[in-house]
Amino acid sequence: MKCGVVVFPGSNCDHDAYHVLEQVMELEVEFLWHDQDHLNGCDLVVLPGGFAYGDYLRAGALAALSPVMGAVKRHGQAGGWVLGICNGFQMLLESGMLPGAMRLNRSLRFECRDVWLRVERSDLGFTSDYEAGQLIRVPIAHAEGNYIDSDSALDELEENRQVVFRYVAPDGSDSDEANINGSARAIAGIVNKQGNVLGMMPHPERCSEEILGNSDGLPLFRSLLRASREAMRMAQ
Amino acid sequence: MSAEAEPNVDLELARAHGLTDEEYEDLIGFLGREPSYTELGITSALWSEHCSYKSSKVYLREFPTTGPRVLQGPGENAGAVDVGHGWAAVFKMESHNHPSYIEPYQGAATGVGGILRDVFTMGARPIACMDSLRFGAIDAPRMRHLVDGVVRGIGDYGNCVGIPTVGGETGFHPAYNGNILVNAFALGIARHEDIFLGLASGIGNPILYVGSRTGRDGIHGATMASESFDSESEAKLPTVQVGDPFTEKVLLEACLDAMGTGAIVGIQDMGAAGLTSSAFEMADRSGTGVRMDLDRVPLREEGLIPYEMMLSESQERMVIVAEAGREQEVIQVFERWGLAVTEIGEVTNTKHAVITHQGQVVADMPISPLVNEAPMYERPVAVPDDLAQRQEAPEVPVPEDAGTALEALLSAPGLASSEWIWRQYDHTVRTNTVIGPGGDAAVLRLKQTPSALALTSDVNPVYCSLDPRRGGAQAVVEAVRNLACVGAEPVGLTDCLNFGNPENPEISWQFRECVRGMAEACSVLGVPVVSGNVSFYNETEGSSVLPTPTVAMVGLIARLGDPPRSHFSQPGDRVILFGSDAGEFGGSAYLRHVHGLERGRPPAVDLASEAALSALLCELADRGMLHAAHDLSEGGLAVALAEATFGRGIGASVDVGYTAETLFSESQARALVAVAPEEAEAVLRAAAQRGVPAHDIGETGGADLVISFDGGELRRSVDSLHETWSTALPRALGM
Repeated sequence: MKCGVVVFPGSNCDHDAYHVLEQVMELEVEFLWHDQDHLNGCDLVVLPGGFAYGDYLRAGALAALSPVMGAVKRHGQAGGWVLGICNGFQMLLESGMLPGAMRLNRSLRFECRDVWLRVERSDLGFTSDYEAGQLIRVPIAHAEGNYIDSDSALDELEENRQVVFRYVAPDGSDSDEANINGSARAIAGIVNKQGNVLGMMPHPERCSEEILGNSDGLPLFRSLLRASREAMRMAQ
Repeated sequence: MSAEAEPNVDLELARAHGLTDEEYEDLIGFLGREPSYTELGITSALWSEHCSYKSSKVYLREFPTTGPRVLQGPGENAGAVDVGHGWAAVFKMESHNHPSYIEPYQGAATGVGGILRDVFTMGARPIACMDSLRFGAIDAPRMRHLVDGVVRGIGDYGNCVGIPTVGGETGFHPAYNGNILVNAFALGIARHEDIFLGLASGIGNPILYVGSRTGRDGIHGATMASESFDSESEAKLPTVQVGDPFTEKVLLEACLDAMGTGAIVGIQDMGAAGLTSSAFEMADRSGTGVRMDLDRVPLREEGLIPYEMMLSESQERMVIVAEAGREQEVIQVFERWGLAVTEIGEVTNTKHAVITHQGQVVADMPISPLVNEAPMYERPVAVPDDLAQRQEAPEVPVPEDAGTALEALLSAPGLASSEWIWRQYDHTVRTNTVIGPGGDAAVLRLKQTPSALALTSDVNPVYCSLDPRRGGAQAVVEAVRNLACVGAEPVGLTDCLNFGNPENPEISWQFRECVRGMAEACSVLGVPVVSGNVSFYNETEGSSVLPTPTVAMVGLIARLGDPPRSHFSQPGDRVILFGSDAGEFGGSAYLRHVHGLERGRPPAVDLASEAALSALLCELADRGMLHAAHDLSEGGLAVALAEATFGRGIGASVDVGYTAETLFSESQARALVAVAPEEAEAVLRAAAQRGVPAHDIGETGGADLVISFDGGELRRSVDSLHETWSTALPRALGM
C-alpha cells in the first residue's frame, strides 16, 4: 500500500502521520503538496491535523478549495482510501465528502486530553482489527469538534451505520459528560456510505506506539493495510 | 512623513527616550556629532535594559556557561547542548511580562512566537514549549481576565504552530497584582552540523527580509520592557505586538527548508527592537558592516518613517544573509511556502550600519561601540531594611487538624491542580510526549535514538524574597531534583530573571544575591547556563514583584525505558522516603496558606545532599526499580504523598515519626519513591551507599491516604482529596 500525507500550509500533524506509516507500519509513504492536482498513485491519502491556511474563515474551509482536494475527491469517489484526522475531518466536511459541520466545543475552549471511544463497527476497511463495541483510548486536541447536522441527516447516518466512533464513558456507557465537545449523538468519527472515506476528530496517530503509553490507534492502520492487501489480491 | 517633520534631537528628547545625560554624551562621542532622530531611536532600543543587559551583565558573568556538552552558550538566539547521537538540544526562555499585563492574549501569544523563532533561527526544529506564569491574587481586579487571556493566548499560538506545551508552572501572589509574569520557554533539536548562527559575514552578501510586513505595532516594545508601570500604562497598548501563528508556522517550515539549501550564511529573527537589533547584532558578531535601504522594507501601511521601520516589533519577520549569487535558491523555498523575500541591503566592510531612505542617509553608526561599549552599570546595592525582621523564625503553630491543613494547601491556587490550564494546550502533537504536564518533569522521546529529553521549570519567589541567595540556589536544585525523578541528568539551564527596578538598591541586591545562589548551585551540580533573559522594571506604582528567577532545565535520559511517574502506579508497593527533615518552615506554603504568615528563612540548600539524591534517583530509574518518584517541595511530605495518590487513585498508608506540623515542613533534598516489596532492601542499600538517608515508611494501596504521625493520624479518602485539589483552580477562577 502506498500512502500519501497531504501537507497544507499550516498542517502540523503531517509528520506524525508520516512517522506512524513509515516507522511503525513500515509502509511506503510520501508527502503530497497542497497545490498538486494528483496523488502520485497513492492508495491511502491522509488529510492530517493542524490549521491548514490558518483555518481562516472556518476550520477546513479554505483547504477544501485547494487543488489537491479535487484529486482527493476523485480518489474517494473511485473507492480509494481517505483518512481525515482532526483538521482533515473538518476538510472532509467542508468539501462535502462527508455530511455535517463542526461548531466550537461546548466549553468554547481548546480541549487536549485522552477520551474513550466505542468502535461502533468492525466491518470496515478502517476497523477490521478492532472488535465491534470495543473501547479504545485516543487523544483529542481541538477547539472545533462539536459535530452537528439536522436530525433527519443524523438519523440517516445512523440507519446507514456511518457512525464509526462515539465518545463514551470509561466503562463504555453513553454519557453526556464523556461527550467532551458536545457532538450530536456523541459522534467522534463517521464514514461515507461506501466505507472508504473516514473522518475522525481523535488522533489515532498519537497512540500507535507503546513507548507513548498507548497503542489503541494502531489497529486502525493495521486494518487499512489488511484491507489494501485484500483489495490487491481480489484485483489479481 | 518626510525627514523635515521629524523632531529635533536634543538632550531633552534623549531623556524622553530613556537615555541618561551620560549615555547621550557617550552616543555623541561615538558618532562624533549629534544623532539624527532615527539614530536616537536606534540607540534607545539598543541601550535599553532589555537589549543591553546594562544593569545585569556584571553579575551574569558569574554563571558557569561552559561544559563538555555546551555547543553554544549565551549571546546567540538560543543556547545549544550536545545530547548524543549527533543531536543538539537548543533552548531558551524569555519574558513577555509587560505586554501580557497590558493585553494578555496578544502579549502571551507573541511571547510564545518570539521564543519559537529564537529556537528555529538556530536551525533547530522546535519540539516543546513550557510556560512559567505568575499571577496576582485571584480576586484582584482584572486577574481572572488576565489568567484567561494569557492561557488562551499561549494555547492558540502554540496549538496552531503545532508545538506541544508539555510543562511549566503557575503561581499566584498579590505581589504580581499590577505586573504579572509570562515566561515562555522553547526547546528544539538539530543535528550538530546544522546549527545556524545569527551572522552577517561575507562582504557583498545580500541581506534578505522574510515574513510579515512591517507595521507600527510594537514600536518601543524593548523600551517599554525597560520601564516601570504607572497609571498611564494603558496608553501603551500600541506597543503590544499582534501575533499570527499561521505565518509563524509557514515561516518555521520555510526557514528549516531554506537552511537545507546551504545558501544561508546567517539568520536571525526580528525580536525586541526589530530590524535594529537584528542588523546590529548580526554585523557585530561577524565584525562587518551593513547597508540597508529602507525603501525596500515591505510595509503594512504607507507613510512609516525610518525611525518607525527600525523600531517596529511587528511579529513573524526574519533577517537572512544569503551567499551572494545563491539568493534565488533561498527565494524559491520561501515562495513555495507562499512567503515573499525582499533584498533590503548587503553586508559591507565598513563596520558601520548605514541606513538610507528616499536617497538620504538617515543613520550612519559604528556598530561595535553601540553594541559592545553600551553602558554597563554596577548599581548600588542595599540589604532591605525589613529583611532581618522578615527572616525572624516565626512560632510554628501545630495544626488543629492535619487533614484540614492538607486540604487548605491542596486548594491553594498555586498548589492545586493546573490541569484546567494545560488541558487547553496541545501537549501530544509531534508524538514525542512520554510524560506530559502535571508531573515532576515532562519527558519527550528523541525519535531515532534510544534517548529522551526531560524538561522542568522551577522557582519559589517567596523563598527568593526572604533569602534571595538561598532562593536562587533552591530554584536550581529543585529543577535538578525534578529531572532526577524521571531519571534524567541535567545538561543545561536557561533562565528568566524577573525583578523590579534595578535603580532601587534593594532590588539590585536581590538580583545579585539570586544570581549568586543560582551560580553556586549550577557550578557545584555541573549545570551550564546556556541562554536566558533578564526582565527588570517589573513594578507598578513603585510596588515591585517578588524576585522571580525562573529556571528552566533540560535533562537527558540516555536510555529511555519506562520512566517513573510522579504517582503511585500499583498497590502493594513499598513507599520509601529519601532525605531527612530539619523542621524548616520559613516561607513555607503551610505558614502562608494555613496561618497567613510569610516569614522566616527559607529551607537550607545543601548542594552535596542534592547531588547525592539526584544521582541515586537516576541510578534507580535507570535500573528500572522505581514505580514512582516524586520530589518533596511546597507543602512538604503531606502534599507530596497526596499528589502521588492522585494519578491512579491509589492510596497509601505510611507511618512517620514526625509531629503534625512537620508533615508540612519544606526541608530540601527529599523525594518519595514507590518500589516493589522485593526491591525495597536493594533500594535502601543503594541509598546507604550514596549516603542518602532512606526510610521505608509504608505501602501503597487502598482508597485512603493514611499518615500516622507522632500523636495522631491523618486519614482522608483519595477521592475527596482529589476533588479538592482538581477543582480548586477552575472554581477560584469562576470557570
